[in-house]
Amino acid sequence: MDAVVMPRAGSAVSAGPAQTVIAVNGLTKRYDTTTAVDGITFNVDAGEIFGLLGPNGAGKTTTILMLLGLSDISAGTARVFGHDPMREPLQVKRLIGYLPDTVGFYDNISAADNLHYTARLIGIAKAERAGKIAAALERVGLKDVANKKVGAFSRGMRQRLGLAEIVMKEARIAILDEPTNGLDPQASLELLDLIRSFKAQGMTVLLSSHLLDRVQSICDRVALFNAGRIALMGTVGELGAQVLGGGFAVEVEADGGDHLARRLAALPGVRQVTEPAPGRFRMICDRDLRAEAAAEVVAGKGRLTQLSLDRPSLETIYTRYFQSHDNPREVPHAA
Amino acid sequence: MRREGSALRGLGVVTLKELSDHMTSARMRVLEWLVVLVALAAVYAAITQVRDVTAEDPFLFLRLFTTAREPLPSFTAFLGFLVPLMAIGLGFDAVNGEHSRRTLSRILSQPIYRDALLFGKFLAGLATLSVSLIVLWLITIGLGLIMLGVPPGAEEMARAFIFLLVTIAYAGVWLALAMLASILFRSAATAALVTLGFWLFITLIWPALSPAIVTAFVPSNDEATLVIAAQSLARLSPSTLYGEAVMAILHPATRTLGPVYVSQLEGAVMGSPLSLWSSVMVAWPQIVGLIAASILLFVGGYVAFQRQEVRA
Repeated sequence: MDAVVMPRAGSAVSAGPAQTVIAVNGLTKRYDTTTAVDGITFNVDAGEIFGLLGPNGAGKTTTILMLLGLSDISAGTARVFGHDPMREPLQVKRLIGYLPDTVGFYDNISAADNLHYTARLIGIAKAERAGKIAAALERVGLKDVANKKVGAFSRGMRQRLGLAEIVMKEARIAILDEPTNGLDPQASLELLDLIRSFKAQGMTVLLSSHLLDRVQSICDRVALFNAGRIALMGTVGELGAQVLGGGFAVEVEADGGDHLARRLAALPGVRQVTEPAPGRFRMICDRDLRAEAAAEVVAGKGRLTQLSLDRPSLETIYTRYFQSHDNPREVPHAA
Repeated sequence: MRREGSALRGLGVVTLKELSDHMTSARMRVLEWLVVLVALAAVYAAITQVRDVTAEDPFLFLRLFTTAREPLPSFTAFLGFLVPLMAIGLGFDAVNGEHSRRTLSRILSQPIYRDALLFGKFLAGLATLSVSLIVLWLITIGLGLIMLGVPPGAEEMARAFIFLLVTIAYAGVWLALAMLASILFRSAATAALVTLGFWLFITLIWPALSPAIVTAFVPSNDEATLVIAAQSLARLSPSTLYGEAVMAILHPATRTLGPVYVSQLEGAVMGSPLSLWSSVMVAWPQIVGLIAASILLFVGGYVAFQRQEVRA
């Protein structure tokens, strides 16, 4: 292996805020007759979890493969830590740990042996291999089955073994393609927890999924893909504000009080107040106004019985967006 | 466009992994048994025949490889038939197997080029075949020593060794073909069927078909032209090339692999053996043809693999 000093995952955090680790500009992938990815542009900052979301066939996996240098780029540029995946694929692949959609392992050998093979391909020194593999398997909770053949592993265990490979590699960026696809709810929660812990260690995570609600909880920012383009990009809150015309819906239930609806509507940041049932108010606000609403109800001599916040769901945003844009191809990039 | 880093980075790792896979696989078990049984059958048949017929032959030991006794074919004929089968067995799922196990994109996302993966697989397959063939060769010679009781001469050993190398080159052709199919066809079963079909066609049907094609399409009444044309056509088959090369190497009296004109025989002592060097020269075009065919097939597979999409 070349004499590359590999900073350990974690050092990216101290490198200062908002260092761009992936920069994509006008990235395009054309096949003979179709355009799979059509001029997308986005940046991923160090230490964030960035979600590529959208239906199957929207171009997410193609984008990922171009970032890894596994698929040729038709037009535009991609940079990973400043490296061009077309020209310096080895350098890029040293920095990225990739978990493909439904990852596969060699079924006839054990989990540890599978990682051994990858470790040798990566070029991890012989003396360090066993220790790193054991630590990685422990981290993802596969320590007890390290010497079991992978053929007997469940879907969730394979995904975790894939994550162990990324841990072992000490990758600075983890690219996860549909990590929770086909997992039962329990397994997918565990997996999302693991991904969160990657972020806590300073690893940058790029993940793709078509299961919007499941990943929205862990993504710092998302890009919504549609037909090869990024339709919307930003934090879930921003997208909600943009598409639903107000990001937060606060529900207030209160007994008595004077003109509560009017009082609530007068709060700064409130766009609209409806009263679906007597004593129940629904406020559409720009930000989380629960505390202000509570204070206002009390000031209006009402007895507050319930206060809740509806976070905007990506599912709603997505559906609403494409309902209101019948032809998404003509929509300029939002955010 | 220039890419950084060596294309062969990771080659050794891939080769060793594939080799250990081959060596521990059930396929290898089958191959080993096949090898032992073939060696026993062919050598036993040859030795009983040799004892009866040729006691005075200066190349008695080589008869071990070439003598047939009904109903069994000779050792070399056995190999001409079995080696493709072994090579196809090892190569038909080389690349599409990685696809269907969904390991390909994960392996290629490690810091290696595709070149290393493909080349490593080819080398491992060839090494496995070589090991089987060397074992087979040693068993045959050992049995020959025991049962004939005559030690082979230096030239006989040299010829037998060249025969081994030619056989390995022949195996390389079929391995490269099987790997090409494993790249072109996503399903391993399709790749296996296509390669086996091709093998049957090229070894059994093509030699019989080529004279028929020649008489149908070559507008000539000259007997020699027709024979030469038919022979050139037949030589498109690696099995024909292998058969001819083995013939020249193991039968020292073979002077030419084509038709002989009377004028060429002037002054020749019929049946007298050629020197080792001359025999190799006679077989040289065939040997080069075999090596070239495997390189060509491998390059074809290489190009297809480089252009292939990684995603399943």
